[in-house]
Amino acid sequence: MIVSRGLYLRRRLTNGAFITLSIGAALFGLIWLAFILSALLSEGIAALSPILFTHSTPPPGQPGGLLNAIIGSVLMSMLAVGLGTPIGLFAGTYLAEYGKHTSFAFIVRFVNDILLSAPSIVTGLFIYEIVVLPMGHFSAWAGTLSLMVIVIPVVVRTTENMLILVPNGLREAASALGAPMSFVIRSVTWKAAQAGIVTGVLLAIARISGETAPLLFTALNNQFLTTDLNAPMASLPAVIFQYALSPYADWHRLAWAGALLVTAAVLLLSIIARVLETKRN
Amino acid sequence: MADIALNEDATANRDTRAETTRRAGRGDARFHLLTWMAAAAVLLIFVGVIISLVIGSIPAFKAFGFAFLKSSAWDPTSNLFGGLPSIFGTLVTSTLAMLLAVPVGIGVAIFLTELCPRPLRRPIGIAIELLAGIPSIIYGIWGLFVFAPWFQAHVQQPVIDGTSGIPLIGTLFGGAPYGIGIFSAGLILSIMILPFISAVTRDVFETVPAMLKEATYGLGCTTWEVMWSVVLPYARSGVIGGAMLALGRALGETMAVTFVIGNAHTIAPSLFAPGTTISATIANEFTEATGALYTSSLIFLGLILFFITFIVLACAQWMLLTLERQAGAK
Repeated sequence: MIVSRGLYLRRRLTNGAFITLSIGAALFGLIWLAFILSALLSEGIAALSPILFTHSTPPPGQPGGLLNAIIGSVLMSMLAVGLGTPIGLFAGTYLAEYGKHTSFAFIVRFVNDILLSAPSIVTGLFIYEIVVLPMGHFSAWAGTLSLMVIVIPVVVRTTENMLILVPNGLREAASALGAPMSFVIRSVTWKAAQAGIVTGVLLAIARISGETAPLLFTALNNQFLTTDLNAPMASLPAVIFQYALSPYADWHRLAWAGALLVTAAVLLLSIIARVLETKRN
Repeated sequence: MADIALNEDATANRDTRAETTRRAGRGDARFHLLTWMAAAAVLLIFVGVIISLVIGSIPAFKAFGFAFLKSSAWDPTSNLFGGLPSIFGTLVTSTLAMLLAVPVGIGVAIFLTELCPRPLRRPIGIAIELLAGIPSIIYGIWGLFVFAPWFQAHVQQPVIDGTSGIPLIGTLFGGAPYGIGIFSAGLILSIMILPFISAVTRDVFETVPAMLKEATYGLGCTTWEVMWSVVLPYARSGVIGGAMLALGRALGETMAVTFVIGNAHTIAPSLFAPGTTISATIANEFTEATGALYTSSLIFLGLILFFITFIVLACAQWMLLTLERQAGAK
C-alpha cells in the first residue's frame, strides 16, 4: 500500500489551521465581551452613588441622579408589557390552537417574524405618525405604545413555540372529559406551557429595557420627575444617549451609571429566564 | 304523582344541561374570536407601519421622486434632501459586519459543537449569547468612549501608515484616524450580530444526523473535511437563513451605529472616514427637523429602510422555512 506522505501532511496541516481558526473565532467573541463588560463595570461602578436613586437628572455642573429616568423606564416598560402581553398571548394561542395551517395563520406568523426583527427605529416613526402627530405633542403614552409594538411579536413567538410543545394527549384527555376547547386551552395547555410563556415575557422585558430608538421621538425626554403619561417622560436609554453625546464630564459619568443599571437589569432578566427554561427542561 | 315529578326533574335536568352546553359553546366562540382579533392586531400593526410610513413620505416623494435615492444633497437650510449617503452607509456598514461576523459566527458554532470540551460548552455558549443580550445603547457608549480611542491609537494609525502609497488599499484605508467612522460602525455591528449567526448555525449543526458525521469520520476524514464536505452542505440553507436574519438586524441597528459613525452626509472612498446610515440619520435629526419636507424626507428614509429589511427578512424566513420542511419530511 502506498501512502502519500505529502497528502497526509497537507490534510493534517489544513485540519490544524482550521481548528486554530475556530478556537480563534470563539476567543474573538469572548474577548469583546470581556472588553465591553470590564469597561462597563469600571466606569459604571465608579459613577454609582446613592444620589442616583434619589435625585433627578441635573443641569450641567450640578450634582444629580437618574431618578426620573429610572421611574420613567420602569413605568413605560411595565405598561408596555402589561398591554402587549395579553395581545401577544392571545395571538400566539390563535396560531398554535386555532389557526394552525390556515393561510391567515401563515400570513400572521410571517408578518410577526418580520416585526420581530424589524428596525425598532421604524416602530418609533410609526407611533410618531399615528400618536404623536394627532396628539400634537410627545408623551409617555406614545413611548409606551412603541415599546408595546416591540413586546407583542416576542410574546407571540414564544407563546406559539411553547404551546406547540404541549403534547396533544393532554388536550385530547381534557376534551374527552367534555371540557369545551376554550376551557382546555385556558386550564390545560396554558398551564402546561406556563414556564415557557413567562420566559417569553421576561425576554420581552429585557428586550425593551434597553430600547432607545423608538423612545427618541415618542416619549422624548424630560428633565423632571413625572408620572403624567400625557407628558414627555425620561427613560434611562434616552438619558444615556443625550448625556453621552454631551460635552460635560459629569453627564458622561451619569451616562455610564445608567448604562451599568440598564445592563445589570437586562442581564438579570435574561438569567432568570434561562433558569426558568432549564427548570422546564 | 311521583312518576310525573320524576319526569319533570329529568326535563329540568336536560334543560340545564343543554343550557350549560350552549353557554360553553358561546364562551368558546367568544374566546376563539378574541384570539383571532389578537392575531389580526399583529397584522394590523404591520399594515399600519407601512401605511403610516408611505403617507409620511408623500411630501418628500412629491418633491424629489426617485431621484431621492440617487442624490447626495443634504441641506436643510435650502430644503434639499437626498438619501444616497445614508443608504450607502447602511449597506457598507452591514456588508462589513457580515464579512466579519459570518465566518467568525460559523467558527464559533463549529467550536461549540465539535471542538469544545463538554464541560466548557454551556458556559462559553452562554457567554457568546450574552453579547446578544447587551442593549445596543451600551455598545454605543462603549464604542464612543472606549473602543474608538483604542482603535484610533492602536489599529487605525498603524494601518493608515502601513497602507499609504499602495494604490486602492491605500485609498480604502486612507485619511485621518478619527477612531469613529464607517469601519468602526461595521466592526461593532459584527460583534452585535455574531451571537445570532452562531446560535442559528449551532442549532442547524445539531440537526445533522450523527450517523452522517460518524460515517465520514469512519472513512478517516479529518474534522475539517467532515465540517466542510458533510456538515456545512447539509446545513447550508439554515446557515444562510441565520446570516440573513443577522443582516436584517445589522441594517436596522440604530443606537450603536449612531454613536460611532460620525454622522457625516458624505460618501468617502476611505472606510475610516465618518459617514452615516439611515437609522443614524433618523435618530440624530428627527426631533430637530424643522419643516414638513425635512421630517418627510426622514420618514421616506425610514420607509426605504423598512423595505430593504423586509426583503432581507422575508428571504431569511423562506430559507428557514424550507429547512423546517426538510426536517419535517424526515
